[in-house]
Amino acid sequence: MKMKLGTMAVAAVMAASPVMADLVFPSLSYRTGPYAAGGIPFADGYADYMNLLNARDGGIGGVMTNVLECETGYNTEKGVECYESTKGQGALVYQPLSTGITYQLIPKATADGIPIHSMGYGRTSAANGDVFSNVFNYPANYWNGASGAINYLMSQGDIAGKKIALVYHNSAYGKEPIRTLEELAEKHGFELTLLPVDHPGQEQKSQWLQIRREKPDNVIMYGWGVMNQVAVQEAANIRYPMEDFIGIWWSGSENDVLPAGEKADGYKALTFHGVGDDFPVFADIQKHVVDAGNAAGAGDQIGTVLYNRGLYAAMLAAEAAKTAQEIHGTADITPTMMRDGMEALVITEAKMAALGLPGFGPEFNVSCENHGGPGLVGMTQWDASAKTWSLINEFAPSDMDVIQPLIDEDSAAYAAENKIEGSCN
Amino acid sequence: MPTDLLYGAEVVLNGLMSGVLYALVALGFVLIYKASGIFNFAQGVMALFAALTLVGIMEGQVPFSHLINAAFGTDIHHFGWHVPAVAAILLTLVVMVGFAYLVQRFVFRHLVGQEPIILFMATIGLAYFLEGMGDLMWGSEIKTLAVGLPQGGSIWVEENTQWMGFGNEDFYGFFIDKLDMVATVIAAILVLALIAFSQYTKQGRAMRAVADDHQAALSVGVSLNFIWILVWSLAGFVALVAGIMWGAKSGVQFSLSLIALKALPVLMLGGFTSIPGAIVGGLIIGVGEKLFEFSFGPMLGGATENWFAYVLALIFLVFRPQGLFGEKIIERV
Repeated sequence: MKMKLGTMAVAAVMAASPVMADLVFPSLSYRTGPYAAGGIPFADGYADYMNLLNARDGGIGGVMTNVLECETGYNTEKGVECYESTKGQGALVYQPLSTGITYQLIPKATADGIPIHSMGYGRTSAANGDVFSNVFNYPANYWNGASGAINYLMSQGDIAGKKIALVYHNSAYGKEPIRTLEELAEKHGFELTLLPVDHPGQEQKSQWLQIRREKPDNVIMYGWGVMNQVAVQEAANIRYPMEDFIGIWWSGSENDVLPAGEKADGYKALTFHGVGDDFPVFADIQKHVVDAGNAAGAGDQIGTVLYNRGLYAAMLAAEAAKTAQEIHGTADITPTMMRDGMEALVITEAKMAALGLPGFGPEFNVSCENHGGPGLVGMTQWDASAKTWSLINEFAPSDMDVIQPLIDEDSAAYAAENKIEGSCN
Repeated sequence: MPTDLLYGAEVVLNGLMSGVLYALVALGFVLIYKASGIFNFAQGVMALFAALTLVGIMEGQVPFSHLINAAFGTDIHHFGWHVPAVAAILLTLVVMVGFAYLVQRFVFRHLVGQEPIILFMATIGLAYFLEGMGDLMWGSEIKTLAVGLPQGGSIWVEENTQWMGFGNEDFYGFFIDKLDMVATVIAAILVLALIAFSQYTKQGRAMRAVADDHQAALSVGVSLNFIWILVWSLAGFVALVAGIMWGAKSGVQFSLSLIALKALPVLMLGGFTSIPGAIVGGLIIGVGEKLFEFSFGPMLGGATENWFAYVLALIFLVFRPQGLFGEKIIERV
C-alpha cells in the first residue's frame, strides 16, 4: 500500500512537472469593455504565434510555450491584479499592453526581477537601460513616433512656417509626444497647436471646429479606442484632407478607419512593423493553428494591423527566449535569464526571413544602455476601396539628437527619485 | 460682422446640435425614473445593446455564433441575408420590448417595495449583464452602421451663410453636420410623440398615474407590471434612437455605453422627471460647454467640456436643486 501511494505521489509530481517547465508568457489582454476591439486582435496574434511555435517547432528550444491570458479590461487596477496573480507561475516577460499598467508595473517587476516589454507604448524614457534595467520598449517608442511623423512631413517638403496640430488623448499616453514636438517645432520652425480630447473621445466637435477655423497644414493624432474613429469621421465631416492627417500606430488600425467608409481613404498612420498578410508565417499559422482548431480567437483577425502587432511582440519574446537559452546553456530559463536574452537580442533580416517574416520589421540590436532599439518608423496609408493598409515609407530613423537628451533627462529624474544607480557599469 | 462673432455663432449652433444628442440619451433615463423612481444605470448599455442588435439583424449575423462554433466545432457566422434598415429597426424594437418584459419579470418584480438604492444597484448588475450578453451575441468588433443617415458638413449651409463674412476670406460659411440636423428633427418628433402619448392615450395616462402615485394607480386598477414593461420598452426605443445617432458617428462599439456620462449633467440640470427638461438641459449643456471651450479653452489648456458640463449643472443646482423642470419635493414632518 505504501509502495502504491509513493508511486502515485511520484506520478503526480511527474505529471505536474511538464507544466512547471513550460515557458510561461503572460498576456495581459482585454477582450471585454470599451477597448476590446483593439485588445482582441493583439491578444490573438500573440497567442497564435506561441501556439504556432508549439505545433510546428515543439516550442522554443524543445520547451513548450504557455500563454497565460489575464483579462484587464484595459483597466490599470485589474492589470496590476493580473500581474500579481500570474507572476508566481513562472512568468518570463510581461506585455502590459497599456501605458497606465506599464507605469504601475515598472517598480514591481523590477523588484521581482521580471522583465517588461512595452513595445511602442509605456514609459518612453525606459529606453535608457542603465536606469530601467528590467524594462524594454524596443523597437520604437512614442517619441520616435512624433519625430518619425515630422521627418516624413519634411521628406514631403519644407515645414518651416507651417502649422501642425496635435490632437491627443488627454491622458499620460496622449501627452507623451508634446515635449518632443515642441522641441522639433523650435528646431524646424513650424507652429504647433495642441488640441486635447477628453476620455473617451466620443465628442470632438470643438476640436474639429478649431481645426476648420485654423486650417493647420497637418494634423497628428495620438488617440486610442473610440477617439480614433470619431476623429477620422469628424475630419471627413469638415473635409480635412486625409493625406495630411497622420495617426500614431495606436491610431492606425482597420478599426479606426472602417466606420468612416470611403471618406477615410488616404488617412496615414505610423508603424514600426509590417502590414498585411503577405508573409509566409501566416500560411503556417493557418495550417498549424487555425486549421487545427487552436486559434486563440475566431481566426478572422489574421493580417490585421493589431493582430500583426501581437504576433510581432510574440516573435520578439520568442527570439529573446531563444537568445537567453543560448546564453545560459539551458532550455528551462528563468525571468532573470529572459532579461539577459532581451538585452542581448539581435534581430537581423536573415533571422526575420527564416521566421517567415521577411521585411516585417527593422533590423536592430538591444544593449544594456539602449533598451529602446533603433527607433525606426515607417508610414502606412489606408486604401478605403481595397480596405488595406500599405507601407508607403520604409522604416526610417527618428531624430535622436532631439530624443536622446529627453530620454536622458527623464530617466535621470526617475533615477534620482528612486535612488537608482546605473546597472550597466 | 467680426469673424470671432461668426465663429461664436457657429459654436452655438453646433453646441445646440450636440445638446440634442445628449438629450436623446437623457430621455431614456427620464422615462424610467419618472415612472418608477429607478435611476437606470444601464441606459447607456441599452443604447449599445440596441445598436448591436440592429447591426446584427441588418447584417444577418448569427447570434452567439462564437459560442456555437466553440461548442460544436462549426464555422457559422452569417445567415447569408441582409435585412433592410426599416425592417431591422422594427425587429430590434421587438427585441427591446422582449428585453423590457424579461427585466420586469426576472428583476424588478422581485424587488417591488425595496429601497431606491437596491433598485439602482440592480440596474448596475443589469448593465454588466447586458454588456456581456451583447458581447456574446454579436461579438466585440467595431461595426459600421449603415442605415442611410446623411453624414458630413452641409455644403448648402456653408454656401448660403458665406455672405455673412462680407468678403472675409477666413470665414467660409457655417459648419453644421447633416447627421446632427437629422438627430434634431428626430429628437423633436420623439419628444412630441412622447408628450402626445402620455397626454392623449389610455396607456399614457396610466403611465402618468403610476408616476404620480403607485398606490393610488394600483387602487384604480392600473397594472403596475404592464406600465413598467411599457416604460422600459419606451426607454429601449429611445436607447435605440440614441444608439443609431451615436453609432453612426463612431461605429457601433462598446464605448457607446459611455454616452451615459454625457447624460448625467443634462439630467442634473433639466431634472430627472421632465421630458422637456431633458431637451432644454441638453441644449444648455451643449451650448454652455462648447462656448466655454471656445472662449476659455485655449487659456486653460483645452479639453474643458467634460468637467465644465458638470460645473454648469452644479451652478444650476445651487438655485434649483430639483433641476430646471424637476418636481419640487416637499416633505412635511
